[in-house]
Amino acid sequence: MDREQRVVIAADRDIVTARQEGRQLASTLDFSSSDLTVIAVAISEVARNILSYAHTGAITLQVVEKNGRRGIMVVAEDAGPGIDDIGLALEDGFSTSGSLGLGLPGARRLMDEFEIRSEVGKGTTVILRKWAR
Amino acid sequence: MLVPILKQGDYLIASIQAALSDTDLLRLRDDVVEQVGRYRSRGVIIDVTVLDVMDSFAVRTLSTLAQMITLRGAETVIVGIQPDVAFAMVQLGLTLSGVATALDLEEGLAYLNANARAKGRRPGGP
Amino acid sequence: MAPQSREEHGSTSEVLSELVAHLRRNRTQLREEWVRRITESRLLTSMTKEEIFAEATSVFDNYVEVLETGSVEALQAYARNLSERIIPRGVDTPEVVGIVLLLRDVLARSLFEKYQGDFPLLNRVLDAYEPAANRIATTVSVGFVQERERVIRQQQEAIRELSTPVLQVRERLLILPIIGVVDSERARQLTEQLLRGVRSNRAKVVVMDITGVPSVDATVANHLVQTVEASRLLGATVIVTGLSPEIAQTLVTIGVDLSKMNTVGDLQGGIEEAERRLGYRVLNVGEHAAPETEG
Repeated sequence: MDREQRVVIAADRDIVTARQEGRQLASTLDFSSSDLTVIAVAISEVARNILSYAHTGAITLQVVEKNGRRGIMVVAEDAGPGIDDIGLALEDGFSTSGSLGLGLPGARRLMDEFEIRSEVGKGTTVILRKWAR
Repeated sequence: MLVPILKQGDYLIASIQAALSDTDLLRLRDDVVEQVGRYRSRGVIIDVTVLDVMDSFAVRTLSTLAQMITLRGAETVIVGIQPDVAFAMVQLGLTLSGVATALDLEEGLAYLNANARAKGRRPGGP
Repeated sequence: MAPQSREEHGSTSEVLSELVAHLRRNRTQLREEWVRRITESRLLTSMTKEEIFAEATSVFDNYVEVLETGSVEALQAYARNLSERIIPRGVDTPEVVGIVLLLRDVLARSLFEKYQGDFPLLNRVLDAYEPAANRIATTVSVGFVQERERVIRQQQEAIRELSTPVLQVRERLLILPIIGVVDSERARQLTEQLLRGVRSNRAKVVVMDITGVPSVDATVANHLVQTVEASRLLGATVIVTGLSPEIAQTLVTIGVDLSKMNTVGDLQGGIEEAERRLGYRVLNVGEHAAPETEG
């Protein structure tokens, strides 16, 4: 099992750190440069979510393996307010005109696997995975 | 990280030098808007060549910036979006619709000049 | 070992004629037996009963013909023809080998049954039958495999063509002719290559010709739209040419406003349109700005 890399998210600078470390880790695997950007964006989205809604949390990055393929796993955790309606949260709230779309539907679109656990008052955990070719 | 904003005639050119945090982006937006007002610029070029990531916040902020600039009678062009960045953006559904885009600084200036001519004005930049 | 059924057969060819005559006489029930065993063994599941029966008839007749004439040329031609037809149906090598061997078995058993009363005669019959039957099995199987390899090479060629399709024909103008079936993975690669091509060639217009694309599913249609949108972010306009009614329908189904997409009937027309656009540097008010402002 590969070593984990943990980035604490407490300020907006940390979003940049998390995605740069994510890109760095993913570049050790067989991802195209386009994939690396996609992974960085997904990390940025979930990291910002932590900051916006929970104010503090952590992103954990790890190399994983399944059926002979390697990939990257991103775990975004916080002990924030939690999401009341996950179904609603996963709907497309995106708009370039500045509306409050959550980063979740976007991150889910970009990555191969997406899991979310959330409990109101306890916090949220989002797990993302992308597999290299 | 402060983004340097250069004045070239009627235009302002903001060249992003490194990855920007959310705070930096908002600062950039406010600085540009303020300077457009101060210099009565006709056009703004935001050069994002260096950015290897443009997420929903960055795109929203640039969109807002363009809208605010339009209210001051000026035009915004975003230049230098990298191929991978463009691809990730459209996969997220972020198309920067309503905002002009160009390949690079040269094309951006050509666009602003062409637009100025079309409006019967003398081109304001090099 | 009834004396009346005992005949003196000297040469192999006489034996062969004898058994061929037998096989022809019992053509119908042997063929049915073969088809029954094919179905029982769960082979050729991608074909209907009617289709199997039709092919079985041809194969059987060919088989017997080869036994009789000893010439495999006709069989080789048939095997190639058969392979061309069944490979796209998803029939694979184990199935083909399987059904040919089943036919060999069915015919062999028929011979056992007929000649069981006369063991030395049976041996002579089998001496004639076995080499011929084995040659047939080999010819058909090898023919099939060779046809498959040919198809794979063709596919690899098509993939290679798809790999580097971005052509710069004029300054600032790129042509992207897409041919063959495009799946999601391929569409993704095309988009990446196109965007890189736009950047490195400083293209302002791309003519994307999809005349050679038979159809696309919603996912690939989406990729097409994304390619157009992403190209705009790099300051390039995409003109889509060769849009078939089927693909147009798919695009409409996924919610694309075709009136907002630049489409021209054919590649030539697309290139002319592209040149026209590149020729206009100064704009009339209300016309498209170059680069594009969307919305």
